[in-house]
Amino acid sequence: MNFTNGKELLELCSLHNKKIHEIMLEKEMKYTGVSEDLIIIKLQESLKIMKDSITVGIKQEVKSLSGLIGGEAKKIYERNIREKSVCGPLMSKAISRSMAVLEVNSAMGKIVAAPTAGSSGIIPGVFITVSEEFGFSDDELVKALLTASAIGFIITRNATVAGAEGGCQAETGSAAAMAAGAIVELMGGTPEKALDAASFTIKNTLGLVCDPIAGLVEAPCQMRNAIGSANALISAEMALAGVKSIIPFDEVVDTMYRVGKCMPMELRETAMGGLAATPTGKRIMKEILEKELS
Amino acid sequence: MKDFSLFDIIGPSMIGPSSSHTAGATKLGKVAYRIACKEIKSVEFLLHGSFAKTYRGHGTDKALLGGILGFNPDDERIKDSFNLAKEKNIDYRFIEGDLGEVHPNTVKITITKPNDEIVELVGSSIGGGNIVVCQINGLSLEFTGAYTTLIISHKDKPGVIAKVTTILAQNNINIAFMRVYRYGRGENAFMIIETDDSIEKAVLGCINEVDGISRSYLVTL
Repeated sequence: MNFTNGKELLELCSLHNKKIHEIMLEKEMKYTGVSEDLIIIKLQESLKIMKDSITVGIKQEVKSLSGLIGGEAKKIYERNIREKSVCGPLMSKAISRSMAVLEVNSAMGKIVAAPTAGSSGIIPGVFITVSEEFGFSDDELVKALLTASAIGFIITRNATVAGAEGGCQAETGSAAAMAAGAIVELMGGTPEKALDAASFTIKNTLGLVCDPIAGLVEAPCQMRNAIGSANALISAEMALAGVKSIIPFDEVVDTMYRVGKCMPMELRETAMGGLAATPTGKRIMKEILEKELS
Repeated sequence: MKDFSLFDIIGPSMIGPSSSHTAGATKLGKVAYRIACKEIKSVEFLLHGSFAKTYRGHGTDKALLGGILGFNPDDERIKDSFNLAKEKNIDYRFIEGDLGEVHPNTVKITITKPNDEIVELVGSSIGGGNIVVCQINGLSLEFTGAYTTLIISHKDKPGVIAKVTTILAQNNINIAFMRVYRYGRGENAFMIIETDDSIEKAVLGCINEVDGISRSYLVTL
């Protein structure tokens, strides 16, 4: 039971009449020699860390080490309770939760890198919000983590999830694709629809640069996690409605990789381009450095 | 092409903000802690490249020191590692430097033990929380800590390696990778053995009794 790309994954699903999460579980057991029970226990632990990081970030104003971000998640979450949210309660909760995890991350709190620390808010934000809305159990969310990891595996295997290599499209784009595919399967969509959703998500982030201000995983990373969550939900919606991706998932992943390689190094996590290179970005960097040196 | 575990994708569980700047840094510190046999009076970190430029903002300093205290990358005490090191009377300092043509996230860790013995380690955080140790006490070598790793300091002479592998075989321990490095013919040497199975203390004791072996270190991350 092994696959290296989306096409092979769909063939396995169809041949064995199984869902993506079932194929991924079997692949993991075969690759690591670890039992199903242990894999599930480890995933439950990951899910718990995800939930805890959301709770901390929503309840407290978690300030980052540099002081650049902190408290934004709580603000958005509470506005949704107080007033009518522009994008509706579900979206408002999803984006604020994603931002909450990034705040915890930037404050040296515990998170699950999924697939990276810089993109660690998207899967928890989307998963917890959708499960709350539709009453999914933790067991179902563990299955969704398996589905997400299958998509993340294909991207890692054939392209990259590192901002330094492929820009933010590779980092938050991949996390959002993983979340989108998982939500589609969680909502009863077919494996094909899950990969369609993942394709939409990556298409929507093609060319997204990685330009952390002062080189820190804080801004604009936190907001890119929010847009990643929204992107995942929008893409899941399209796929569940039966909208098809004109370009197959594997070709989309390949495109993302090629676009990333075309991007100058200034736009790939070096803090030398994009927002990091604006007058304000440079000023913040200087201030942070001076503060550290004093 | 490399295959991946799902926990390479969903994971690691770690203290933020960056898998290479914090999770990998903690692991490098922990390897040094193991090689110093947990006995640390003072430690100096020479930071290279991106580690040197952004270590404070990423908490790389706290993570490295957390590793020196024996913490894992998901240990929330990493945030307080400065205070915890002070409580243990461990002196520490961070220096920005240049280690030459190495990975951008590289650190040279120099530990002074209570008996004034020096342990020196150079290692890189290569992304996703993965590390490569590339030098111990001035000798160039390579291991990642992804497996149970046995580091044996021994005399370069016939039979030492055979005796060690025999002990491992007798204890049903499978060797995944193995390399031998030496300062020169007949001089001091290192064996790096990465195994699929865990290694009990008793097995380590048997290995330490082999003639020609001066010391062994077990690294599990």
